[in-house]
Amino acid sequence: MPEVEVDLRHITKEFPGQRRDVIFRAVDDVSLEILDGEFFALLGPSGCGKTTMLRMIAGFELPTSGEILLRGKAMQEVPPFHRPVNTVFQDYALFPHMTVLQNVMFGLEMEGVKKAEATRRAHEALEMVRLPQMADRKPRQLSGGQQQRVALARALVKRPHVLLLDEPLGALDLKLRKEMQLELADMQHELGITFIFVTHDQEEALTMADRIAVMNGGKVLQVGTPEEIYDAPNSRFVADFIGETVFLPGRLDSKEGEFGWVRLDGVETKIKASLAATDIAADQNVTVAVRPEKINLFPIKGKVRYADGSSDEAAEYKTALLRDPDINLIEGVIKSSNYIGTDTRYTVAVGTHDIVVRIQNFGLRSDTHFEPGQHVNVFWDAETVRILTQ
Amino acid sequence: MAQQTLSQSLAPEIEIDVAKLRRDLLMRQVGKVGYLLNALVAYFFLWAPIFVLVVFSFNDSRSVAQWQGFTLRWYSGIFANVAGTGTSGSTTSILDALSNSLIIGGVATIVATILGTALSLALVRYRFPGKRVLDSLLYMPVIIPEIAQAISLALFFKIIFDAINLARPDQPPVTYGYGTIIIGHVVFNVAYVVIVVRARLADMNPRLEEAARDLGASEWQTFWRVTFPLMLPGIIAGALLAFTLSLDDYIVTAMNRGIGDATLTVVVFGMMRRGVSPEVNAISTLMIIFSILLIGISLLLQGRSAVTGRG
Repeated sequence: MPEVEVDLRHITKEFPGQRRDVIFRAVDDVSLEILDGEFFALLGPSGCGKTTMLRMIAGFELPTSGEILLRGKAMQEVPPFHRPVNTVFQDYALFPHMTVLQNVMFGLEMEGVKKAEATRRAHEALEMVRLPQMADRKPRQLSGGQQQRVALARALVKRPHVLLLDEPLGALDLKLRKEMQLELADMQHELGITFIFVTHDQEEALTMADRIAVMNGGKVLQVGTPEEIYDAPNSRFVADFIGETVFLPGRLDSKEGEFGWVRLDGVETKIKASLAATDIAADQNVTVAVRPEKINLFPIKGKVRYADGSSDEAAEYKTALLRDPDINLIEGVIKSSNYIGTDTRYTVAVGTHDIVVRIQNFGLRSDTHFEPGQHVNVFWDAETVRILTQ
Repeated sequence: MAQQTLSQSLAPEIEIDVAKLRRDLLMRQVGKVGYLLNALVAYFFLWAPIFVLVVFSFNDSRSVAQWQGFTLRWYSGIFANVAGTGTSGSTTSILDALSNSLIIGGVATIVATILGTALSLALVRYRFPGKRVLDSLLYMPVIIPEIAQAISLALFFKIIFDAINLARPDQPPVTYGYGTIIIGHVVFNVAYVVIVVRARLADMNPRLEEAARDLGASEWQTFWRVTFPLMLPGIIAGALLAFTLSLDDYIVTAMNRGIGDATLTVVVFGMMRRGVSPEVNAISTLMIIFSILLIGISLLLQGRSAVTGRG
């Protein structure tokens, strides 16, 4: 079990609002433990307090209350230039009046590293971000991606315990962003430095991070691995913010262990799904969160075709499926279909609800295609659907 | 056949009113000529007097209305002769007056630039009560008529001098002199320096200073290694502007000078009382060239600074 690198205890940060009597609470009682060598993402919409969190770890802002510990040491009284933490800023903040090399050397000079040694290490750092030939350029002569790498080199040359990255890829175009995502993750694994990065891009967080903290309204809603966050969201906000989710309102009928049975408005069959929290009481109004790609369709009449080309009678297939107690199966009618290349999106009317279903297009399109108006069986595994409080 | 009926029904023939079109095109031409004429007239009134002044500074005659041939004697005269008189009747050579102007301008500029830079930093970086009031008060010297400012300064100095002289009657009395001129110049120059330096600072990315601190620089190191180098073009531009304004100033100088103190503008005004002379033309031409040069450099620096300001 690795050590705790950054320990945030009940951090609250308030700013004076526009009017004197209004206080804006940017961060609201956040406690987090970030482990040594971890790639940690603070994910949330703009204004959720994630950048303020980062700025407090860096030392640019002081928490109104709460404690920040780095390797067990309280940081309250320590100004930014004494913290073993470095930042890669969103707009890179490279010094425009210095060359790339001077930018990278700046932090070492401030530490009192001898010029020759500083030059050598700065060149090494530029080598690492694959920009050794750019040492004598001015930042404005570089492209956005190159500036980003220089900012990274400038921070990493200091060999910090923790590297903070504020929307590091936000200003790059899509293709470059994808490249840098993987590169950053590689670099982090190689160096073993704890990375904490702030992003509003859920895909970026899922791709790069070991663990993610989802924030909204100054609070941390859920902390977990990308799989946990995606597959087992604990709240409607998390389910909605990460990936695509359809929400169905209903009432919890009964529960047993991790599972609950929900009566959806206007649907005969009760739905079995996993409970996001054990304290949800029976008879409570709940929301069922359904991921479109976890749901499957097959026709009520005719044959079910498989990816390998073989097929089964629909009725037999249904009987086989229902032997598994975790399978939910409801009848529905296709309302519309949308072909989007890799898969097709269907909107299926189930009772009074519309469920979005994404079916991957393997094989020929006609194999798995359903027509609007067609009656279908909709089914999914109880574990892939979550019961959330409203 | 079906196609034809379709095109007929959807696209009726386009009709052009040729007479109206001609009229509109003509009006457009008239408008264009009008704009051009407007610009020509405006520029004529701006530059023609200056052009005349420059031309007649090379005129080989005392008469200011008639061209008699080319000469440089008025220019050489400036540097050789005693050409002006102060209001008291004492004479000052033009070269002495020029050196006075340069010294006053130089000292006032240095003081105003230091004060203005510090004030800009405070106004841009810090929030404090009364900041908005201070902000608008700063622009007063730019807005209020210079004559009012000059008189108020003179009155202010008078009150102070009276108080000092009353307090120590055995000492020689303190009175107006180069000191009061310099203070007067500093007062209006600070405002201009702040306007220029502040624009530069406001343009600067505050993350740059944070980055410096993040990389281990103390406040002091951050200022000298990052903030100051980035402000410098703005500071120089502000200083050049202040120096130009100082050199060109007459009203504040005239009202706050001591007996016999003369700057270039004071001397030129004295000469003007005896009518426009070729020497005045020559001095004015030199001042125009010098001012244009300084303002040119100042603008160049501000323009460049706007480019380098962005990372």
